[in-house]
Amino acid sequence: MDKLSIEEHRRMLREHFGITTTPGQFTVALAGNPNVGKSTVFNALTGLHQHTGNWPGKTVDNAQGSFTYLDSSFLMVDLPGTYSILAHTVEEQVARDFICFGKPDATLVVLDATCLERNLNLALQVMEITPKVIVCVNLMDEAVKKNITINITALQKELGVPVIPTAARNGIGLGDLRHALYEMSIGLALTNPRQIRYSSEVETAIQELAPKISRCIGHTLSPRWVALRLLDGDQAFIDSITHYLDLENTLQELAV
Amino acid sequence: MDTLPTNIPLSTINIGSICQIVSLNLQGLLRRRILDLGMVPGTSVQCIRKSPAGDPIAYLVRDTLIALRNEDARQITVTLL
Repeated sequence: MDKLSIEEHRRMLREHFGITTTPGQFTVALAGNPNVGKSTVFNALTGLHQHTGNWPGKTVDNAQGSFTYLDSSFLMVDLPGTYSILAHTVEEQVARDFICFGKPDATLVVLDATCLERNLNLALQVMEITPKVIVCVNLMDEAVKKNITINITALQKELGVPVIPTAARNGIGLGDLRHALYEMSIGLALTNPRQIRYSSEVETAIQELAPKISRCIGHTLSPRWVALRLLDGDQAFIDSITHYLDLENTLQELAV
Repeated sequence: MDTLPTNIPLSTINIGSICQIVSLNLQGLLRRRILDLGMVPGTSVQCIRKSPAGDPIAYLVRDTLIALRNEDARQITVTLL
């Protein structure tokens, strides 16, 4: 299965996700736990250039806003705040489907600097789906108040993706954020997202499944991620993948 | 002489006590929520506060304060530390 042409991709975004881009506009998915300042980041970057719609067929809001940086235009899509994207709720499903099948040029995961451990759960899950991830550690001002110091360089090394510290409500770090999004979108950022290693049984099963999955879907999605979802028995994901990639029963057979 | 750790429901630990999660007897969405908040087997949990009626109860898990209903905390097995 080959990559969609740019026009096909824009049409797919419109029809499946209710998202209309201008020619050449990059799309950025904005993810994060509830209450991490995701909306603050969104508003700070997009200002008044935003509108709210909804995801087609779902009762979940979809805020979209645009901004320009250097010579490029970006459409930022605010995903529902979730603790994980293992899709047990409509919000999680919407977030997962957009990151997987909407193929944004960058996915920005906003974390709360005052409770990194819990927030990293979502970042690591997103990193299993796509390598085009930028982590934004927000609420750095709150961390200072709580005497929490964060070694951003070390975190970046551990995660293998760009990490940008911000205090969005004070406008701090936004320039770096725009630049990181720009570099990611134009293909200048080479990431090596840390992958979670599972038990040897799971890893062996992944090794067996991954080549078969690649043959089905090519490289539209991370075969490792798809293998994990099949092993998890994630029926909602199998349904989604069938819906978005027109694969009918192929994956259903693999799941058995 | 019984040196084995005693497994008790999370709902029974006293305010201030710290315990370690052994298992979760929860299913579906609630189970997913609890896991997402970091309450996985092996994690330390401290009982911080109980509402006047005894329900819900506030627990400190991985630097976060989480409120759980008594009936849900009862389904989480822990061992005192």
